[in-house]
Formats: sequence, structure tokens, C-alpha cells
Amino acid sequence: MINRGYYAGFGGAYLPEILVATFDELVETFYQAKNDPVFWQQYVEVMSTYSCRPTPLTFAENLTQHFGGARIYVKREDLNHTGAHKANNVMGQGLLVKRMGKTRVIAETGAGQHGVATATMAAKFGFDCTIYMGEVDVERQRPNVFWMERLGAEVVPVREGTRILKDAINEAFRDWVSNMDSTHYVLGTACGPHPFPEMVSYFQSIIGKEARSQILERAGKLPARVYACVGGGSNAMGMFSGFMNDPVELVGVEAGGKGLDSGQHASRLCSKDASVGVAQGYKTYFLQDSDGQMRETHSVAAGLDYVGVSPILSHLKENGRVRFEAATDREVVDALALTIRKEGLIPALESAHAFVQAFKEAPYLSRDDILIINQSGRGDKDIFTVADAFADPKWQEFIKQKAEKYRA
Amino acid sequence: MLESYLRKRLKERDILLMTHIVLGYPSFEDSYRMVEAMVAAGVDLMELQIPFSEPIADGPVILHANQRALASGATVQKCFDFGGKVARDFDIPFLFMTYFNILYKYGVHRFAADMAQQGLQGAIVPDLPPEEGEEYLRSMEEHGLAPIFIFSPTTADERMSYLANFARGFVYCVARKGVTGADTSFSDQLKGYMDRCRKATALPLALGFGVQGKADIDFLRGKADIAVIGTQTIRVMEQQGIEAVGEFIADIR
Ligand SMILES: Cc1ncc(COP(=O)(O)O)c(C=O)c1O
Repeated sequence: MINRGYYAGFGGAYLPEILVATFDELVETFYQAKNDPVFWQQYVEVMSTYSCRPTPLTFAENLTQHFGGARIYVKREDLNHTGAHKANNVMGQGLLVKRMGKTRVIAETGAGQHGVATATMAAKFGFDCTIYMGEVDVERQRPNVFWMERLGAEVVPVREGTRILKDAINEAFRDWVSNMDSTHYVLGTACGPHPFPEMVSYFQSIIGKEARSQILERAGKLPARVYACVGGGSNAMGMFSGFMNDPVELVGVEAGGKGLDSGQHASRLCSKDASVGVAQGYKTYFLQDSDGQMRETHSVAAGLDYVGVSPILSHLKENGRVRFEAATDREVVDALALTIRKEGLIPALESAHAFVQAFKEAPYLSRDDILIINQSGRGDKDIFTVADAFADPKWQEFIKQKAEKYRA
Repeated sequence: MLESYLRKRLKERDILLMTHIVLGYPSFEDSYRMVEAMVAAGVDLMELQIPFSEPIADGPVILHANQRALASGATVQKCFDFGGKVARDFDIPFLFMTYFNILYKYGVHRFAADMAQQGLQGAIVPDLPPEEGEEYLRSMEEHGLAPIFIFSPTTADERMSYLANFARGFVYCVARKGVTGADTSFSDQLKGYMDRCRKATALPLALGFGVQGKADIDFLRGKADIAVIGTQTIRVMEQQGIEAVGEFIADIR
């Protein structure tokens, strides 16, 4: 390995020896594909026939009027097949799995979106599939477990550690070190050892490419600001990469949970609870204590509930190219309610974090300015979580009745 | 230092025994009693694992031990204190085993300096390949400590030679794919692998992952210089108590 995937000191490949050869193969396959012009065409072809690409850019007219400032556009990654931007990464890696001739895929999942996307890809391409999911998330996102199993995947609940996303990643690595001959690990975000941050960002860059040309076509100018939520950072990297060399302000929004001072959040780039460390194979900001033990994290959105963050975003934080903010659970639920009522759009709880920050800033910008929010996923699939977040009494009544019927 | 100790010891015994404990599991007092029992039973060197919240190369038994140790308050400082104490109290080499974040947060240079000061002799850091380990290698060298590197069955000959350039003390050969704690079928295939390892380095070879009892060790005689017993002693302790650990080791010794 020559290029070890460093972004001004962040990233790298801190690999156990047993995986070195597997990563060498992956790096080689990825760069071959990346340098093969036919590959990107093939990828776009799959995404436009199997998923919904290009996804629309929706003008949020009512929200724009409501805030009375900048014009708000929404990039509709929720309209991807399986309901989130995760499909972009998964289908791309699926094509690489074919190139490598492997027959089995594994993945971690937090919100379940990436798990469902991976299980879907596996069904389509004919791969065996195992999904690792923290026990807490299995409970939070039970409907996604149902779909993964219907899609033919084995879902393994992870009972170790904090029983959420990071623990699922550890278990996926443990599987991989035993089965790498047949198996590819479809990491779901722009984290992990090189080449994952670069590779996942590459597949997600389709978001920003489309958004840039769509806004130029529709509005004749670039946006002033672009917003994306940041879990591991893949939808943000995908969106931001389209505007990296433009005079556009890039804003990443992390999970503020119960507040940055509460200790119950997942903000690695805006909170004092994070510091640089090395875990899960890469160097970045982690929520950890002074000994280097990872902390518990919290977010209303399972997909943002993660201790680390893309090393590329850590770099972009330090060089000031991207501004990072945090949105609290409370703010997220309010922004979600408003978006549903005003626009008939139902962002995922993850995506709603980006809406929070855009809503805070829109009123202060001129009516000539444009904002783009990346709606990374749809929320209607997460009906249990969203209903809980709204504490919807009628829904609770329905579930009780349903449970009674099953019990009968 | 470590290498010459091993060579000397190998003149007396045809295979050495290295054991592994997770510090602070279930308590530091128990860890101390484990060391005591193991040394008395004739163990030649020991790995002391500093617990980490994300031990990706470890299987369920050691993972669980890491979590339990942390939950009962194990800190890096306590591990250093413990390492220093056993290095003073017992006459065998002790190594630290942990993941790189522990060193990184402590300060890599300071980590090596404190190891040396406490009388530890080397370290095994499974998620730190030499490519990422420049500061680590420099600091270990400066303090006369052995950075132990790992060969695996998936490691190509060329890379074994590359790793051998950085290795000191001995090389840790993992017997198979996977994480710690699963069974290994010790077969003639292993001989081919050990031959490859032998060609790549003149250092003594340790073999670990799945070594569980006397039969495995008898099989390894003549193939490896050191047999590593990791998970099995933790299992014995969990199931039969610390007293049984000494007997278990004495039986296979
Ligand atoms: C809809 C949605 N958005 C965002 C994320 C966060 O991931 P990332 O930061 O990689 O985009 C997830 C993760 O599960 C998700 O499901």
C-alpha cells in the first residue's frame, strides 16, 4: 500500500495484519474501477434504472415563505430505492464485489437503512448477506430488521459494548477477519481504514454532482450554503464534494442529542468531549475519555449515533472549509414536524438535523440567496421511531390494540 | 534483551510458554494472583492486555474481559502500576498488549518511556502496522523495548520479510484467520506456514490463536519456539477459578 489515505494527518489504515492482503486487493480493485471510465457509466446506469437517479431537487416554496429569507431547495436522496443515500454507496460497492469475484457481503447498520440497502443489493446481485446491528438499534428500528430478513439477510444482534453502531462495526470486522476470502465488508459510511473514506465518498459524490448542475440549471446560480447531516459523514461528503471548489459555504450538522453539555450526544466536531484518536482502523475525532476509551453516544437518530466521523471531514473541519453545527433531539423533532406540514416532505430523523440548521440561518440570508438541504433519507419508513419522537397518542393506542390481537 | 532471554531459555526447554491476561479482569488483585499462579507453574513470559473499549482483533471471551475490566474501573495508569509491580516481583519478561489508541492518547513516546521505567520489555499492538508506526518504532528502539509484530497465514512472503525488518524479540505468528478464542485445527498445513515464517526471520517464533492444551503444545514442539495460550486460561479461570489456572498451566508445561 503506497497511498494510505491520509487527509492532513487524519485517516490512514490501522489494520490487523490478517486484513492487510484483503485491503491491498480492495484498494487495487477500487483504483482500477475509478480509473476505468466505463465503470462510472455502469454505476450511473445501475443507479438510474434500479434506483431513482438523478434524484430531484425540490424547491421548498412554503418553507421559503415561512422563513422569509433565502430560497430553500431540498435534494431528494429520500427518493432512492430503499429510501436513503445509502443505496449509492451500496450499489457501487456491489459492483466492486462482482469485480473481485466474492460471493458474500456483510455490513454494519445503525438506523437499519444501510442494512436494508445492503440486503437489497445482495438480493439483486445474488450474494449471501449478514448484517450486524446493535441490540439497541434492533429494538429502535425493528421494521428494518423485518425487511432485511425478508430480503434474505441474516441479521445478527450485537450484544457487546454499547450495543449500537460502533459495536456493530467491530463485529463486522470480526466476521471479516475470518471470512475475507469469500466476503466483502460493505462499510456504510465514509469512515474506517483507507480506502473506505475515499471510496464511499466517491460513490456518494453523485449527490453533489447532480445537485450542482440542477441548481445551476434551475436557478442559474450556485447556492450560498449547503447543509447535510453528519453521522459517519457519507451523505455530507457526497453533497459537499460537488461544491468543494465553489464559493459555497458547506455546513455539516451533527447530533446534539440532549445538548452538548449533557454528555448525551454524538457531536465529534463541535463538542469538547471529542479528541483525536485511532480506532476501528482510522485516525479521526472520537468521542472518548482521556484514556482513549470510547464514550457512550446518544441521538434520537440511530444513524447519527456514532463515536467517530469521516477523517476527510475532520480535515475539512481543521482547515475551515466546512462549518460544523449540532442540532438537539428537540429541535430535530420540531423541524421534522414543520417540514411535513409545510411541504409534505418527510425527512428521516437523521436528515432533519440538516433542516434544523438551515431553518436557523435562512431568515438571516437575502431572498436572492439559495440554500440546499440534503434530505439524505425518508422518515416514513421509520414510523415507530418517528411516532415515538412525536409521542403520538393515537399511534400508541393502535400499537396496543395490535399487540392485543397478536396476543389473542 | 528479550531475544537473548528467550534464546537462553530455549537452550533449557524445547518450547516456551507465553500466557495472556486482561488487566483488571475481574480485578487487579485477581490479575496479580493469575500472574503469581502462572509464574509458579513455569510460564516463560506474559502478555498483559491493557483493556480497550474496541478490541477488534479479539473474540468474545477476551472482548468480554475487556469490557468487564473497564466497567470495574481499570485505567491505563492502574495498568502501568500493575505492570511495574509484577515486573519487580517476578523474574520473567512482561509485555503489554493493547490497541494503538491507548498509546496514542497516552502519548506514544511517553508510553514507551514509562514502559521502560516500569521494567516491561516489549509490546504487541495488533492494529499498528509498521507503516503507521514510525513514532512507536522510534520510541521503542530508544528505550530498548521490543515491538512485537504479527505474521498471519494471509501474509505474503515479501511482506513477512518487510515486517521482519521492524520486529524485535520474537515474531507472533497467528495460526489461522479470525479472532482470538476460536478453535484451531493444528494440522500439517501449519507446518508449511511456519516454514514460511521461519524463512522470513531469524527471531524466535511464537504461535498463538487457538492453543488450548497439551496436545496442541506437543504438536507445536519443533515447529514453534513459543506457544501462546490466551483465551483458554481466561476460560479456565471463569469456569474453575484462579487456583485451577496454575494446575492447568503446570499440566501442559
Ligand atoms: C437517512 C440517513 N441519513 C444520514 C445517515 C448518517 O450517515 P452518513 O453521515 O454517513 O450520511 C444515515 C445513517 O444511517 C441515514 O440512514
